[in-house]
Amino acid sequence: MSQYAQSSDAAALVSTSPPRRARRKFNVMSIVGTTPMILTAVGVFVICIIFSFIWSFTNSKLFPNFNFVGMDQYNRLWASDRWRISVGNVFLFGVCSLVANMVFGYLLAVFMDQRIKQEDLFRSIFLYPFAMSLVVTGLVWQWMFDPNLGIQSAVRQLGWTDFQFAPLTNQATAIYGVVLGGVWNGVGVTMAILLAGLRGVDAEIWKAAKIDGIPAWRTYLFIVLPMMKGALLTAFILQCTGVVRVFDIVIAMTQGGPGVATQMPAIYVIQHITDRVNVGQGMAAACTMLLPVLAVIVLQGVLQWNAKRKKEKAI
Amino acid sequence: MTSEALSPATTGASGAVEPRGAKPKKLTIGRVGVYAFLVIAALFFLMPLWVMIVTSLKGLPEIRLGQLFNLPAQVTFEPWLKAWDTACTGRDCNGLKPGFMNSLKITLLSVPVSIVVAMINGYALSFWKYKGSDLLFGILIFGAFVPYQVVIYPLIIGLSKVGLFATLPGIVIVHTIFGMPILTLLFRNFFASLPPELFKAARVDGAGFWQIFFQIMLPMSVPIAIVAVILQTTGIWNDFLFGTVFAGRENMPMTVQLNNIVTTTTGVREYNVNMAATILTAAVPLAVYFISGKWFVRGIAAGAVKG
Amino acid sequence: MTQHSVSIRDLSLNFGNVKVLEHLNLDIAQGEFIVLLGPSGCGKSTLLNCIAGLLDVSDGQIFIGGRNVTWEEPKDRGIGMVFQSYALYPQMTVERNLSFGLRVAGMKKDEIDKRVARAAEILQIGPLLQRKPVELSGGQRQRVAIGRALVRDVDVFLFDEPLSNLDAKLRSDLRVEIKRLHQRLKNTMIYVTHDQIEALTLADRIAVMKNGVIQQLSDPHTIYNKPVNLYVAGFIGSPQMNMLNGTLDGTTFTTDEGIAISAANYEFTTPVSGPTKAILGVRPEHIVLGEDARSMPFTLDVEIEIVEPMGSDTLAWTKIGGHPVTFRCNSDVDIKSGQKALIGFDAGRGSIFSVETTNRL
Repeated sequence: MSQYAQSSDAAALVSTSPPRRARRKFNVMSIVGTTPMILTAVGVFVICIIFSFIWSFTNSKLFPNFNFVGMDQYNRLWASDRWRISVGNVFLFGVCSLVANMVFGYLLAVFMDQRIKQEDLFRSIFLYPFAMSLVVTGLVWQWMFDPNLGIQSAVRQLGWTDFQFAPLTNQATAIYGVVLGGVWNGVGVTMAILLAGLRGVDAEIWKAAKIDGIPAWRTYLFIVLPMMKGALLTAFILQCTGVVRVFDIVIAMTQGGPGVATQMPAIYVIQHITDRVNVGQGMAAACTMLLPVLAVIVLQGVLQWNAKRKKEKAI
Repeated sequence: MTSEALSPATTGASGAVEPRGAKPKKLTIGRVGVYAFLVIAALFFLMPLWVMIVTSLKGLPEIRLGQLFNLPAQVTFEPWLKAWDTACTGRDCNGLKPGFMNSLKITLLSVPVSIVVAMINGYALSFWKYKGSDLLFGILIFGAFVPYQVVIYPLIIGLSKVGLFATLPGIVIVHTIFGMPILTLLFRNFFASLPPELFKAARVDGAGFWQIFFQIMLPMSVPIAIVAVILQTTGIWNDFLFGTVFAGRENMPMTVQLNNIVTTTTGVREYNVNMAATILTAAVPLAVYFISGKWFVRGIAAGAVKG
Repeated sequence: MTQHSVSIRDLSLNFGNVKVLEHLNLDIAQGEFIVLLGPSGCGKSTLLNCIAGLLDVSDGQIFIGGRNVTWEEPKDRGIGMVFQSYALYPQMTVERNLSFGLRVAGMKKDEIDKRVARAAEILQIGPLLQRKPVELSGGQRQRVAIGRALVRDVDVFLFDEPLSNLDAKLRSDLRVEIKRLHQRLKNTMIYVTHDQIEALTLADRIAVMKNGVIQQLSDPHTIYNKPVNLYVAGFIGSPQMNMLNGTLDGTTFTTDEGIAISAANYEFTTPVSGPTKAILGVRPEHIVLGEDARSMPFTLDVEIEIVEPMGSDTLAWTKIGGHPVTFRCNSDVDIKSGQKALIGFDAGRGSIFSVETTNRL
C-alpha cells in the first residue's frame, strides 16, 4: 500500500547519507550510574551465593579453604539433632505465625472497615509495634512472660492463684511465646495492607451484594476476600520472608532455648560461622535455607509461564 | 453476632409509623461489638508499651511485688539515667550512650547513601534500560527474598579483604546492599508511574542522563524519597543482625548493645533499667513513626508491593 | 522538485518479533501539515517517536531538512514535540518549562528571554509565565507545551495526539488555534491523532495507517470521497459509509438481493472485466429523500425504521435489500419511523471495492 507515498528522489537522498553508525542501544551514563547495583546484584547476590555453595562442600573451619569433602557437611547437617529440630521449629513457627497473622490481620482490617470514627487512632495503635525493632519486641515480651514477675504473677495476685501463663520457661510452649511476640509486632502491617486491599475493591460490588441481600460477613468472606488476591499475596509474602529470616526476636526472647526448643536455622548458621567456628557446616545450613526460596521462585516461574500460555491460547 | 455487627442496621419493621426524615441513629449490638473488638485489640497492642513504661519508672523492690500492670507507687527516673549512662555489658559500664551515638552515625550515613543509590537505580531501570538491566533487576528482587545467612559469610570475607570489615564504611555498605532491593523497587515503580512523555520531552529538550535526573526527576521524587527515608531510618535503626556481624565492637549499634545489657548474666537483673533501655532504643523509630503518621503507612504499602 | 522537509525511507521497526512499522516511505514537503491517522496500535505514534529520535529504528533512514538524522539525538534533529499528556515539568514555572531546553543547550540569557517572550506573545500565555503547571487549566497547559516546541525555533513540529486529553469544547478551540499557528509560522507539522475530525480539518494531507502500513496518503477531500480501500472507507466518516454487497458487471451493480444499481457515472480506477464480486459504498449524506430523490439515477421505496434527530440534521435508518442503510437529511424534513419514503442516490459519487482485494475499483 505504501506506493501511495511518493518517493521520487529517494535515490538522491540515500546517496548523500553518511555511513550508518552502530546502533545506539544504551547510554554509558546509565551503566556508570548503576554501578552499585551491578556490583550488588552480581557481586553479592550471585558471587557470594556461589561461594557459600562452594564452601558448603569443604571442611572450612575458622577460615574458608577449598579442601573438598563432598556431601559430608550436608550429611552431618541432617544427622544433627540441633538442625533437624531447627527445621521443625521454623516450620511450626512459620505455620503458626502465618495463620495467626493473616487471620488476625484480616479480622482487624474488616473491623477497621466499619466506618470507625477513630480509625486513625486505632491504626496508629495497631501499627506502632512494627516501628520497634524485633529485639525490643522480644525483650518486652520476655519480660511480660517472666514466670515470677510477669503477667502470670500479676493475674495470680488478682486472686486466680493457679493461673499459668509463662510460655517461655516450658520447652513445649516456648515457640508459641515467640509466635505471639512476632504476631504482635507484624500484624499491624498485614492489617494495613489488607485494609488498603479492602478499600480497593470496587464499591459497586458492595452495592450489588447489598441489593442481593447477602449478609456482610458472607460478602467479606466469599466475595471480597477472593477479589483481593494481590493484597493477600503481598502480606503473605512479606510474612514469609520474615519467617525464613527469623533471628532477632528469638535471640532477644529465648536465645534458642529453653534447651533447643526455639532453635532456628538462621541461628544455626550464625552460630556455626561465629562461636562454633565451623564455616563449612554453616554454609551447608545456609544453602539449605535457600532451597525453599528457590522452590517458590521456580514454582512462580512455572505458574507465570502457564498463565502466559493460557493467555496466548485465549487469543 | 458478628454478622449483625457488619451489616448496616436494617430498618426496623415500621408498622404503623411511616418512615420519613433521617434514619434514627441506633446503637445496635453490632456496633457495640465492633468497638468492643477494636478496643480489646487495642489494649493487647498497648499492653507491652504500658508495661515497659511503668516498669521503667519503678524501683526494684516495687517490681519484685510482681504487680506488672500497676502504676509505680513511687516514680523514679534512676533506671533511665542508669540505662543511658552506666548500665554494664560485661566490663564496659557506659550505658546505651555509645550505642546511641553509633546507631546515629550508621543511620545518618546509610540512609542517604542507600537512597541515592536506589534512586539512580530506579531511574535508570525506568528510562535508560540497557541490555541486561532487567536481568540485574531480577537478581536484585531475588535478593529481597534470599535468607541473609546465605550471603553473610562470603561478604565478611570480601569486606575484610578490602579492609572494611567491622568498620563504619563497612556497615554503611552492608546496609546499602541489603536495602537496595526494596528501595530500588520502590523508586523503579515510582518512576515507571510517571508519564513517559515527561522523559521524552526532556530528551527532545536535549537533556542527558544526569540533567534529566537532577533537574526533572529528583525534584519530582520528593514524596517517594520521604517514604524511603522513613523506611530506611526505622529499618536501619532497628537492625540487629548486620550490626552484630558487620559493625564490630567500635560501631556496635544500639540494638546490639541493648540486647547485651539485658542478657548480661552477671549481677542482679535490673528489670527497670532493662525496660528503660528498651524504651530508649525504641524511641527514635517510634518518634519517626508518630511524626510521619500516614507517610509511614504509605511506606509500608509501597515497600510491601513486591513483584 | 523542492527539497523535502522530512523524508522517511524504507523505515522498519520491530519489537522482538512484532513488526510495528514495515518498509514505510513518506515524504513531507516544507511547510506541509501532515496528519497521521489511525486506530490505536496502528503504529502512528511509533512512527512519530521514530522521527523524533525517541525510538531506535530497526531499519531504514530518516531525513530532516535533507540531513540524515537516523541516529542523531532528538535535540540535534531540529524538531519540537508536543505530547498528549502535555509532559510539562511539574516543579518548574511556565517560563522555566519553556526555557529548559535552551538552558540545557547553554544559550545566552537575553536570547532565551527573547524567544520565551515571542512564544508567550504568539500563544498569549504571557500572564502565566510565573505559574506552575498545576495552576493551569488543561488548555493553558497544552498551550505551554506548544510553546516549548516554539522556543526551539525549529522547522518541524511533531504533535502526538495533543488534544485528546481535552474536553470537546476546548478541543475545537485549540484545533482552530493550531491551524492559525500553522498559517502564521508555516512550519512543517506532523500531527498524530485518532480523531478523524481533527485530521480532516487540519491536514494538508492525511496518512491513514493500519498495522504499521500507510493505507492512503492524500488530501482530506480525496481521502473522504475516494478512499482507496474498504479499510479507509470504513474508518473515515461518521456515521459509517453504507456498504452493499453484490456483483459488478460492466457498469451495473446488482446487490445480492437482486436490486440493480447503475454505476454509469462512476470513474473506475481499474478496468473491470466480467462479473466481479464487489461492495458498493455510499456516504449517508449522498442519499437523498423524497422529491430530491426523483432526479437520482437510482431510486427505491423504503420503510423508515429509526429516526435519530441530531440537531443540525437528522439520521434515518432503513434497509436496501437486507442491508441496513443510514442516510442523513435536513432536520426540517418531517419523517417518522414506520413511514414509507422514496430514497435515491448516484452510485457515481460512491465507492466500489473489490471483495477479493478490498481495493477501490
